[in-house]
Amino acid sequence: MGLAKRIIPCLDVDAGRVVKGVKFVEIRDAGDPVEVARRYDEEGADEITFLDITASSDDRETMVHVVEQVAGEVFIPLTVGGGIRELPDIRRMLNAGADKVAINTAAVARPEFVREAAERFGSQCIVVAIDAKRVSDEDEPPRWEIFTHGGRKATGLDAIEWARRMVDYGAGEILLTSMDRDGTRNGFDLELVRAVSEAVEVPVIASGGVGNLDHLVEGVVEGKADAVLAASIFHFGEFSIHQAKEHMAAAGVEVRL
Amino acid sequence: MASIAIIDYGMGNLHSIAKAVEHVAGDARVWVSADPDTIRRADRVIFPGVGAIRDCMAELHRLGLDDLLREVARDKPLLGVCLGMQALLDHSEENGGVECLGLIPGQVRRFPGGLTDTASGVRLKIPHMGWNQVHQTAPHPLWSDIPDGSRFYFVHSYYATPADPAHLAGRTEYGLGFAAAVARENLFAVQCHPEKSQHAGLQLLANFVRWNGEVPAHH
Repeated sequence: MGLAKRIIPCLDVDAGRVVKGVKFVEIRDAGDPVEVARRYDEEGADEITFLDITASSDDRETMVHVVEQVAGEVFIPLTVGGGIRELPDIRRMLNAGADKVAINTAAVARPEFVREAAERFGSQCIVVAIDAKRVSDEDEPPRWEIFTHGGRKATGLDAIEWARRMVDYGAGEILLTSMDRDGTRNGFDLELVRAVSEAVEVPVIASGGVGNLDHLVEGVVEGKADAVLAASIFHFGEFSIHQAKEHMAAAGVEVRL
Repeated sequence: MASIAIIDYGMGNLHSIAKAVEHVAGDARVWVSADPDTIRRADRVIFPGVGAIRDCMAELHRLGLDDLLREVARDKPLLGVCLGMQALLDHSEENGGVECLGLIPGQVRRFPGGLTDTASGVRLKIPHMGWNQVHQTAPHPLWSDIPDGSRFYFVHSYYATPADPAHLAGRTEYGLGFAAAVARENLFAVQCHPEKSQHAGLQLLANFVRWNGEVPAHH
């Protein structure tokens, strides 16, 4: 027995409210991030990730309050992504009680930001989020590029090289999302997950495409991911985190039950 | 009224640990402080920390907290957490080698590269990040009501190796066995983050809040 593979539910938050329709029948307000986080904690989530999709900077302050409230009640690691562009953004979230921040667009715009963040706050709290899309043809060896703006904007950066570079700069963890699979419920891009996981020394969180519990198992067994992140299968109450963990345990994956 | 001081020396975010301690502290007052007099006045002291050991020791020294820690370690219940545990030992090999507080004899080492899981042969990532089992190697009041082998949340690339096996209180496997917890008289320290370890972690903090600093002789 050793280190457990982690299951991380992800909540999209817009102006302080959970979006993408969390549908738990038993909770009073399914739009309240604090209630939803508490519920996931009770079900055995190993961490919780909040993705702040708030467009206006005024409403971004709301996220700070959300993190403060959750951190006062839920005693597992919390990650906040979205809108992390400058060092003060990181300080604000850590002071509010976040344990890690996920940096995405700002890393592409200015890679040195990741180095500065890791030097200032320590690698343990710097997650680099990578949105990758397959750009190779069927008959070619697989190749993925980094995309920004929800997969609309190509950067020309090779995903594997980028992941290595971000780790060199001090990223303590990689949150890897397949833009081809995100929202499809067809499972992870396992080749992508494995390629990145084998390329870097730090833990890799697989994301994008989870539609059933076998997908979670595949992510760690075939993709060699250290953690799996999912949103909709948990939000819609199809499966609880506990069920997901029991399923993984039955498949021989070590989990915290 | 009982009081607990959490030492604030600028190494990382103390919000989480303060919240978790407040959650279990009952009537006890929780002070997050770098003020020596406040820390001296507290009944119990928590010494947290994340980041690099060189900055940690430099900040402690700059604030005069290194001597204060040696002082409070003489009689107050003291809980070291993560980097706060590593700093209790003699020396760390991080940052090219840094002298630490020397309250628990031993060294802090980096996980070697190419570490593999002893059972499966799978390559292990560094940092050691996530939930791992802590095996209680010695009975201790801080393990009270925590099942042996409970999982705690870890995130670290260096680990403590106490020189005296009698100071080992908990052991965790990650390619090699390392000290997840050390104890010496009124000192107790953990490599994991109890403030992020849900039930088991809160129980450990609750046990600390009630601990008088004594370790009953084994039966």
